[in-house]
Amino acid sequence: MRQETRQEAGKAVYGLLAEFPNADSLCAAAKEARAHGYTHAEAYSPFPVGGLEEVLGTRRSWVAPAALVGGALGGAATYFLQWYAAVIDYPINVGGRPLHSWPSFIPATFELTILGAAVAAVLAMLIQNGLPKLYHPLFEVEEFELASRNRFFLCLPAHDPVFAPGPARELLEGLHPMLLREVPA
Amino acid sequence: MSAPPSSTDTGTGQPRSRDTAELRAGWGYADVSDKIAGIVLNGKFGWKWWSAFLVASAGVTALLVAVSWLLAKGVGIWGVDIPVAWGFAIGNFVWWIGIGHAGTFISAVLLLLRQRWRTSINRFAEAMTLFAASIAGLFPILHLGRPWFFYWIVPYPNVMNVWPQWRSPLVWDFFAIATYLLVSLMFWYVGLIPDLATLRDRAGRRGQRGAQLAYGLLALGWRGEARHWARFEKAYLLLAGLATPLVVSVHTIVSLDFAVGNTPGYHSTVFPPYFVAGALFSGFAMVLTLAIPLRAAFGLQDFITGRHLANAAKVLLATSWMVGYGYLSEIFTAFYSGDKYETYMTINRWVGPYAPVYWSMLTCNIVLPQILWWRRVRHSVPILFLLSLAINCGMWMERFLIVVSSLHRDFLPSSWGMFYPTRWDWITLFGSIAFFVWLFLLFVRLLPLISMAEMRELVRETAKGDK
Repeated sequence: MRQETRQEAGKAVYGLLAEFPNADSLCAAAKEARAHGYTHAEAYSPFPVGGLEEVLGTRRSWVAPAALVGGALGGAATYFLQWYAAVIDYPINVGGRPLHSWPSFIPATFELTILGAAVAAVLAMLIQNGLPKLYHPLFEVEEFELASRNRFFLCLPAHDPVFAPGPARELLEGLHPMLLREVPA
Repeated sequence: MSAPPSSTDTGTGQPRSRDTAELRAGWGYADVSDKIAGIVLNGKFGWKWWSAFLVASAGVTALLVAVSWLLAKGVGIWGVDIPVAWGFAIGNFVWWIGIGHAGTFISAVLLLLRQRWRTSINRFAEAMTLFAASIAGLFPILHLGRPWFFYWIVPYPNVMNVWPQWRSPLVWDFFAIATYLLVSLMFWYVGLIPDLATLRDRAGRRGQRGAQLAYGLLALGWRGEARHWARFEKAYLLLAGLATPLVVSVHTIVSLDFAVGNTPGYHSTVFPPYFVAGALFSGFAMVLTLAIPLRAAFGLQDFITGRHLANAAKVLLATSWMVGYGYLSEIFTAFYSGDKYETYMTINRWVGPYAPVYWSMLTCNIVLPQILWWRRVRHSVPILFLLSLAINCGMWMERFLIVVSSLHRDFLPSSWGMFYPTRWDWITLFGSIAFFVWLFLLFVRLLPLISMAEMRELVRETAKGDK
């Protein structure tokens, strides 16, 4: 009944992929994987499923700290630029008004604070997510295209410390997935 | 009419939406994805789209001609002169940037307030914001005597050894609009990434290799992994939080272009809130102007329901009163100040040469929107559409009036004058509208006009039946 797997044939695998019909069954499967000691299991869904990343074992997100730093840098740099230009590099005396007229430096400072924070947040999100990454072994699995439509996938990757081909397959089979596929590396 | 859910893969334990005000019954994950992706991928746009596209293209051509002629001859081809040196260009700028406010407001503020009716209208409202703000940015540049030197407003080390004048609202404007454009673009694009991945996969399944490649490149390899989604949501929420004060700041700074000057009618502390309220007012009017034809053209009545239109109508009613408060406050301050120039300017608006514009503006912006007190009106699609057009016109008249009525009566009667738009003024105005329509037509053809990922989330929420 069972076909010869790639491991048995001596070929490299990325991991095992199981398909589920809805978010709840994916969450249950992720919990089960976690209970079996998997820390690198990957869950794929067509929309964000609340709490799923915590079940899988979160890695720290740098998005918020990056936004804070980006905003602070953007604001400080813009204020400094205005102060430097208006006070040091090109001072103009207009009717005795102060050179360091800080209230009129606020609008540009405010805008670039926002811009710095927004750019940093987006870049942190992309970089930490490893995007852009136009090719991924999972794209080799034909059914995986449904992960962006209506199906939910759990992948037990071979690089997980507790991964062993036989037990991993048994674990996933026990979860009654709609489909179980081996992902070539 | 809107198509009923088409999917046949029932019985797989997949949830379906229950009938709610924001999403009609019977839609599953696959249905909403296929319905929205299908609009783009089916490529069936028919003669209506093509005729609209041709008309818009003709308008864009006219705009290009007008701009080329402007670059060749200078701003003298417009009706601007002393004393009215700011004419249509500045009025159009303020009008467009105002329209560009509702998109970010819907996306950001309604997200933070967890308003579910945001879901199906945020994507095209954001596109509207981007296009309107880009067009708005063109006008001050074209209005410069030598538009090709517009980059002198950017602070960069240059051989002229000068810096921008940091105390000038025009420099603030540059930072505000550039930031607004960039942040709106990022907000829009980040929200699009999961949908681009859906389009990539749908196109692949249909064997459309070119589309698969194009959407695949834009999707950056998005796979929808749980940790990716968590960071994505965090970034999206942060962008919403950042965009909210940004929306308020942009039209505030635009209003300071006027309020910082000592011209009667400009020099008013109510300007920032009054401009922001006017921006939301005109922006929501434009959302309705776009949403009503869109849902009819693509059969999206199940997604953009009567509730969406009625909620937008309520926002219109509320902002109409805020704008009305602005008008009243201006009048009160003019008389209370005892300043004869302010008083004269106010009376001149009522009975002077531009009085017809003033009274038409009041009719469109204050009187007509009062019909929205009736529930039946808020749920009548044709009336809402006509009203949204009237408000768009009314808000344009408001911008025109602010710019022109204060300038045409200078402090000295010897410097009084009139502004009469030339044919180039009109061609540039209508050309810019055509350009907006043209960009929007391309957008609905090439990108999903409703967020598929958020619609799937909505399916899950409504299927649970939690309210």
